[in-house]
Amino acid sequence: MTNHWVDIKNANLIVVMGGNAAEAHPVGFRWAIEAKTRNKAKLLVIDPRFTRTASVADFYAPIRTGTDITLLSGVIRYLLETGKYNKEYTLAYTNAALLVHPDFKFEDGLFSGYDAEKRKYDKSTWAYQLDEKGMAKRDDTLSDPRCVINLLKQHVSRYTADVVANICGTPKEAFQAICEHLAETSAPDKTTSFLYALGWTQHSIGAQNIRTMAMIQLLLGNMGMAGGGINALRGHSNIQGLTDLGLLSTSLPGYMTMPSDKEPTLDSYLAKYTSKPLADGQMNYWQNYPKFFISFMKAMWGDKATADNNWGYDWLPKWDKGYDVLQYFELMHQGKVNGYFCQGFNPVASFPNKNKIVASLSRLKFLVIMDPLVTETSTFWQNHGEQNDVDPAKIQTEVFRLPTTCFAEEDGSIVNSGRWLQWHWKGAEGPGEAMTDPQILAGIFLKLKAMYAKDGGKFPDAINSLSWAYGDPHEPKPEELAKELNGKALADLPDPKNPGQFLAKKGELLPGFALLQADGSTASGCWIFAGSWTQAGNQMARRDNSDPSGLGNTLGWAWAWPANRRILYNRASCKPDGTPWDKKRTLIKWNGEKWVGVDVPDFKADEPPGSAMAPFIMQAEGLGRLFALDKMAEGPFPEHYEPFETPLGTNPLHPKVISNPAARLFKDDKAELGQHQQFPYAATTYRLTEHFHYWTKHARLNAIMQPEQFVEIGEELAREKGIAHGDMVKVSSRRGYIKAKAVVTKRIKALKVNGQLVHHIGVPIHWGFEGLTKKGFIANTLTPFVGDANTQTPEFKSFLVNVEKA
Amino acid sequence: MQVNRRQFFKLCAGGMTGSTIATLGLLPATAMADVRSYKLLRASETRNTCPYCSVGCGILMYGLGDGAKNAKSEIFHIEGDPDHPVNRGALCPKGAGLVDFIHSPNRLKHPEVREAGSNEWKRISWDEAFARIAKHIKQDRDANFTEKNADGVTVNRWLSTGFLAASASSNEAGWLTHKFTRSLGMLAVDNQARV
Repeated sequence: MTNHWVDIKNANLIVVMGGNAAEAHPVGFRWAIEAKTRNKAKLLVIDPRFTRTASVADFYAPIRTGTDITLLSGVIRYLLETGKYNKEYTLAYTNAALLVHPDFKFEDGLFSGYDAEKRKYDKSTWAYQLDEKGMAKRDDTLSDPRCVINLLKQHVSRYTADVVANICGTPKEAFQAICEHLAETSAPDKTTSFLYALGWTQHSIGAQNIRTMAMIQLLLGNMGMAGGGINALRGHSNIQGLTDLGLLSTSLPGYMTMPSDKEPTLDSYLAKYTSKPLADGQMNYWQNYPKFFISFMKAMWGDKATADNNWGYDWLPKWDKGYDVLQYFELMHQGKVNGYFCQGFNPVASFPNKNKIVASLSRLKFLVIMDPLVTETSTFWQNHGEQNDVDPAKIQTEVFRLPTTCFAEEDGSIVNSGRWLQWHWKGAEGPGEAMTDPQILAGIFLKLKAMYAKDGGKFPDAINSLSWAYGDPHEPKPEELAKELNGKALADLPDPKNPGQFLAKKGELLPGFALLQADGSTASGCWIFAGSWTQAGNQMARRDNSDPSGLGNTLGWAWAWPANRRILYNRASCKPDGTPWDKKRTLIKWNGEKWVGVDVPDFKADEPPGSAMAPFIMQAEGLGRLFALDKMAEGPFPEHYEPFETPLGTNPLHPKVISNPAARLFKDDKAELGQHQQFPYAATTYRLTEHFHYWTKHARLNAIMQPEQFVEIGEELAREKGIAHGDMVKVSSRRGYIKAKAVVTKRIKALKVNGQLVHHIGVPIHWGFEGLTKKGFIANTLTPFVGDANTQTPEFKSFLVNVEKA
Repeated sequence: MQVNRRQFFKLCAGGMTGSTIATLGLLPATAMADVRSYKLLRASETRNTCPYCSVGCGILMYGLGDGAKNAKSEIFHIEGDPDHPVNRGALCPKGAGLVDFIHSPNRLKHPEVREAGSNEWKRISWDEAFARIAKHIKQDRDANFTEKNADGVTVNRWLSTGFLAASASSNEAGWLTHKFTRSLGMLAVDNQARV
């Protein structure tokens, strides 16, 4: 979230699309209801299903799964054609006026630079026109046809109300109402808050779904505003934190990138990621990359990292390609992987094409499970009849199952969707011999290190150099690890403004990332967490819930990254001259010397209003990007591509380019895609109010509340297929089938799309062959093994099935 | 006349109304009935955060055991933290069942191994588990570690074993996971955010 949960109450319009907050995030959703009751906000829900969120909405519109970009591009067209957008904000704070490379173009569904064989773009034309100093050219009169906003106008001109209705199945009147509601919040004193979740990310065009919405928020002037922003309702309690920590194949903590083999030296690596400005007078914050990286290396390797060995640069692995889970299970399926660790994660249930996952795990030599609960992954080798039809004797994988403690049995911090790091305390011992994750990792690591010391082996250098300065090496304590993440001064840090004074003395915990250095005199495991545990103590454990402004920014409650800032880009809540767009939402103001306010200013503290510095300080040009340059895989503007399994069998906009042309698709998975002739119904998976993922089926109360697997089918289709409420049905895709009870409902209606009727089947995910509920099928038996072109997040939300009475 | 509470009600049931009895001076001298004492007052209270979705609701966990030697701690009740600015004491139907998550009969209690081709779990010690896993790692890493790629660039990577990190473990566990995996040269590291 750029904003946070309580801030939703400040919105005038709340759009829930690609999510179902009332059921998946019920307590957070109370702030949307608060906005309705206290702020007279309108709630608008756009979803293939009439969800419980829709049931309390002021306005609901149906949409075919996988077509959100079409609807949102239609909204952008409406805003630009009617002029109902915040023009001053758009001109000053977005790249609307910047000029695009003369050779950039879009034709028949493809942007310039496409290589059909590699399914990749050469992105050299996805760029600004630069002047002789290398700065982006701009035309503030917006008369140059190469201005971003003019190209955008042209790009979205195809998304008329008729096209939206034809592709999305959303009635024209409903679409018109959506446009009008959103346009109202282009007024400087009105905001929209968009709430989305996995309903947007789990598509082959997931990242562009979100981007299209973010562009609307920029045009409406809602970014940086209280009650505005883009608000990802993340799916798990610390998925935000583990992402912040760089636990992704090619990531490092704090959104840095793991070096690849294209950067053989430290210098080449730093040159690539140290941001160079694209406009004069910008903060261009990623210019500090070397400080963040070298401080990370000092946290990793301690005294062993020195200037002479390039801070241990050779000890980090260098990637040749991303090893995301789809890529890795493909390799495992080919027999190229020997070992796998699953820490609190159940891939048999959570990954697409369950049968492929089980087949892949069966080819491993060893599998290590660390979990508080029995998972289907830990028992993938057991025969559970139709639900897991395997022969244990033929599976040679050695499986270790290690019991871990759960939340109640440990201290530590987790990061919520609003980027708040909240500390929690242990209340009981774990059951039996359960250990914490750090104890288990230490146990394995120390054994391994001893084996290398005794017997030698391949490249023990990094293992031997890893900093392990914990009081008890077998049990690194949460406080020790949290302080390591925050970082400390490794030498006295002189204050450049006050000679003889120091910003921090050697050994002190750092107050924030502004003190980080690129010369090895600071260490910080994750630069954006710097400030979370300072000399003043554990900031994440703070419990002052006072809210002096009434806007909900409880700065004394826990600690938010970065720098305890609650609303990102909050400089954009003021006009260029420093006055707030809306007095009631004053987050920060200029006091003549510096920026102050009820939030931590997201700007250079002493940069006066009216200067050239723009509010999006992480960008090289300081601007919100309506044109994404080369940052996206499939294009700098969003474009509608059909799901890889489309009920239409075509793309009405460009029949030759049906689905995302830059998405990666492995050969065997391509062969396992279904066609609409055999699998005519659009299916989507989702969560229920009573269950959390595949965990609560092990909790008795939840198992009682929702004991048995079901699927949802609209009344029209049920009639056509002779399926009655409560019948057992078999739902099959090209990859497998599940059997479940049918819930026949009015809440899913057939949609008229491109001259045909499209039915949706709803597949809740929560069952499996383990748990206290009745045994069920893994819903992801049905889903396709293809992901978003940028993130490789699987397309769980749009695929094809058939349904019949079982 | 001494009348305890039970006798008092018996007398009432015998035909006279309670008020008549009372006016006759037969009120019990001390009321023996008592509101049952509020159990949570004697429990240890620990603050925590719901481990399910990302709202991050504050919770209060109530446990037996006051930290005294040999007193075994056990959580028996969980409710929303009324001071928490987001949930203000509320919990959803998922969070309301948290105590059943902690005490699920499907909690794992000791290390186990399923040997290749076997159809059963076998209980092992932590020491055996760590030693056998470390041996697997070393064998695979020594056999498949790549020090230089085809162009002679130092890459120091180990691709034949991967690690899937959790979605609810704390940042501190996540950081140690980062240190563990990267120092071994792992690149097949992902977490729930991928899906």
